[in-house]
Amino acid sequence: MESMNGLIYALASLGAFALCAGIVLAIAQKIFHIEGDPMIDNVDALLPQTQCGQCGYPGCKPYATAVAGGEAEVNHCVPGGERTMLQIADLMGVEPKELEQEASAPMLAFVREDECIGCTLCIKACPVDAIIGAPKQYHTIIADHCTGCTLCVEPCPVDCIDMLVKPELIEHWAWPLPDTKRSQLGHERREQHAGHA
Amino acid sequence: MTEFALILLSAVLVNNYVLTKFLGICPFLGTSSKVETAIGMSFAVMFVMTLASTASWLVQQYVLIPLDLQYLQTIFFILIIASLVQLIEMMIHKTSPVLYQALGIFLPLITTNCAVLGVAILNVQQKQTFLTSALYGGGAAIGFALVLILFAGIRERIDVSPVPAAFKGSPLALITAGMMSLAFMGFSGLVKV
Amino acid sequence: MPAMLRTLAQKLGLMAHTFPGGIHLDMHKLSAAAPIEDAGISPVLILPMKQHIGVPCTSMVKIGDKVLRGQKIAKSEGYLSVPVHASTSGRIVKIEEHAIAHPSGMGMPSIFIEADGDDNRDESLEPITDWRNVDPTILRERARMCGLAGLGGAVFPTFIKLVQDRRFPIETVILNGIECEPYLTTDHRLMVEQASEILDGMAIIMHMVGSSAGIIAIEDNKTDAAESMQEALTNKDGMDGVHIEVLPTRYPQGSEKQLIYTLTGREVPAGKLPMHIGVLCQNVGTTKALRDAVILGQTLTERIVTISGDALPRPANLNVRIGTPIRSLFARQGLEDFSNIQVVHGGPMMGERLRHPDIPVVKSTSGILALSQQAINAAHTVENPCIRCGHCSEACPASLVPNLLADLCRSDQLEKAEDYQLFDCIECGACSYVCPSNIPLVHYFRYGKGQISLARREQVFAEASRQRSEGRDTRIERENAEKAARRSRVRKTHAPKPAAEPTTEAAASTDTGSTTHPDTKPTPEEKS
Repeated sequence: MESMNGLIYALASLGAFALCAGIVLAIAQKIFHIEGDPMIDNVDALLPQTQCGQCGYPGCKPYATAVAGGEAEVNHCVPGGERTMLQIADLMGVEPKELEQEASAPMLAFVREDECIGCTLCIKACPVDAIIGAPKQYHTIIADHCTGCTLCVEPCPVDCIDMLVKPELIEHWAWPLPDTKRSQLGHERREQHAGHA
Repeated sequence: MTEFALILLSAVLVNNYVLTKFLGICPFLGTSSKVETAIGMSFAVMFVMTLASTASWLVQQYVLIPLDLQYLQTIFFILIIASLVQLIEMMIHKTSPVLYQALGIFLPLITTNCAVLGVAILNVQQKQTFLTSALYGGGAAIGFALVLILFAGIRERIDVSPVPAAFKGSPLALITAGMMSLAFMGFSGLVKV
Repeated sequence: MPAMLRTLAQKLGLMAHTFPGGIHLDMHKLSAAAPIEDAGISPVLILPMKQHIGVPCTSMVKIGDKVLRGQKIAKSEGYLSVPVHASTSGRIVKIEEHAIAHPSGMGMPSIFIEADGDDNRDESLEPITDWRNVDPTILRERARMCGLAGLGGAVFPTFIKLVQDRRFPIETVILNGIECEPYLTTDHRLMVEQASEILDGMAIIMHMVGSSAGIIAIEDNKTDAAESMQEALTNKDGMDGVHIEVLPTRYPQGSEKQLIYTLTGREVPAGKLPMHIGVLCQNVGTTKALRDAVILGQTLTERIVTISGDALPRPANLNVRIGTPIRSLFARQGLEDFSNIQVVHGGPMMGERLRHPDIPVVKSTSGILALSQQAINAAHTVENPCIRCGHCSEACPASLVPNLLADLCRSDQLEKAEDYQLFDCIECGACSYVCPSNIPLVHYFRYGKGQISLARREQVFAEASRQRSEGRDTRIERENAEKAARRSRVRKTHAPKPAAEPTTEAAASTDTGSTTHPDTKPTPEEKS
């Protein structure tokens, strides 16, 4: 009986103490309440914003939402390539994963204007409003705004949109890594880091 | 005053929890790959450790001893620590979602960080006063932060250096930790016992 | 001496200020005693559309046009840009891409002029002889119109620096006659032969920026230049605030920020310009060109080029028309066969290796070198591991840690490289030069810088795309809402007279400026 009393006594005091801690935490939860997932914007900021849908989501923001929510892998962004994948993996604190698809060279859409019938279908398809034109007028693509997402190619009824390789500008040229054995080793290490081993 | 300074010095350097007592190794190795993460972790641990050591001293003195429940010491202390960790978790999630993501599982795992519980229990065992136990907790936290950030800095440099394949990653991290531990043994000559 | 000790000694005034790091090179100034010769006019001149740092120009001429020497043939687009001028009279024969001195090996659209041999000058620009009474802004426009860009090699548009800004008054004008690159002697010879003209140019600069103090900086391996400048300075009126500083030879003393620190003891903060600390630094060649532009009304059509190198039979200093193919210059100095020879554009430290000698002289061509293969460190292709000797840190004139920066660039940790001030690197090559492991450090920095600017460009583009995409989403949402509202309204009224309703609705939808929809598209009849 004596020992039973001691047990109840101990449990009661522990319970009371736990209740106090719980109340404090509940109040804190009210104070530090957060709306939505702040990681979505952080992931979205890393994406190239081509809105191409190659990740299987309707745009960059939906994919960012999926990644931040842990529903999608980090390696679905094709235009972002390895660097974007590594950045997202780093941000999310997960292991980098091998890219499913190699990023192709940057592309630009180009309308062959003499064949364009002015149907405006590509204008509606363009996720970044990079195509200008009016019904029954030639359409043209603002090269500086085009993300190369290819979404305008499919809707065109007369197939007058070509995807061209983006011309490399001498102002935008960047030095490659030195062509030495050691720099190659550095490259291999990066590849391994990216899960290419 | 000299006593306080000595307590602080002893907790930070001579009896460093990570490198001489080998407590709290898990976050030491787990969150030290980047300096920013290490700094975030350090502040989280400093918050929890300092508050936990003072709160557990108060609970020991004014709850457990009067109620004669010293045998429930460990479970009470863990309760305190767990609550504090929950609190800091909410705070970090609110203020820095990126740090929250980077710390990942190691943030809730501060609960099971043996250094935190170790400080709380040692304070009670050594019959410290309220002030000295707070100082001791704070000092231990500063010591933890110091070695964690130093270690993260070294690891960042090692990460970009050419290292033999067999040593890459964890092996070299462990060797580095061992060497840091050797170096910290040097501080034991600082205070004559 | 350790860097900290030296800084302390300098702060205490025990030691003269001098920039940190630096190296001593074999200077190989083979053409130091060779007077400037005129290289004549090549039958065809090739003028690339961009010869400066900044925005490329666009052509103003078409094939078959007759041009005069000094006539503007390509106009600048944007602020950071200067026009290109025909460097002799003749006919435009073609406009097409041609090789230039660029590490990518890519070409640049260029204008080809066939010289007619008359070399008639375009006299449309009036000489300004009493420039002391002319408003500096007019002189500044003159500098821009004449196509002046820094002739030391960086080709930064000169007019941009020549400005009076009330927030940053220029206290000191520094005339840079250091020429610290080995082999190059263009500034040296110019100072020996045309000291008086250079001082005129300096006086114009000082008038333009409203400064009365000036320093002429010359290294102690060019004492004849210092003497000539001193003599001209004593004979020139109104230049009392100017003095000559002869500095001990050390590379890269000629770099702007390093030279300013050595002369004034003040550091140009990272990401800032010399004008922010009240200093203006101008190369002697540019200064002379400014004088010609103002006093003679001549646009920039020629420059002095050092042609040198251990594989060249007759090193010389040539006054060359811009656009002259360098192959013809080599031929003039007795070099025809380019097998086993490395051609370098600029100095050996910061210059560009050329794959072939078929490029024209441009505004940045301070020198062209023909080096034999032995002269180029063949071991540079074998990069050994870093042994952490620290020589690179000691040599760095920007006080950086080159080996760490190279590691960071190699492993693509670019943000961290930026934290370690990668962009303070002036790419002088001192670290690569001293490295016992032959690590091409500067190459790594160039790679890193290129990747960072690429990432920045991509980020700007992504942000713009994001905004456009979000704008489109909100617009579509709004349109759908409008459509739904309209439908419900139509349903509510049960539309007894349907003809009137859609017309007003269509007008309303066009007012919002949204894209047209088939169902609400106003036909011309409805509009009228």
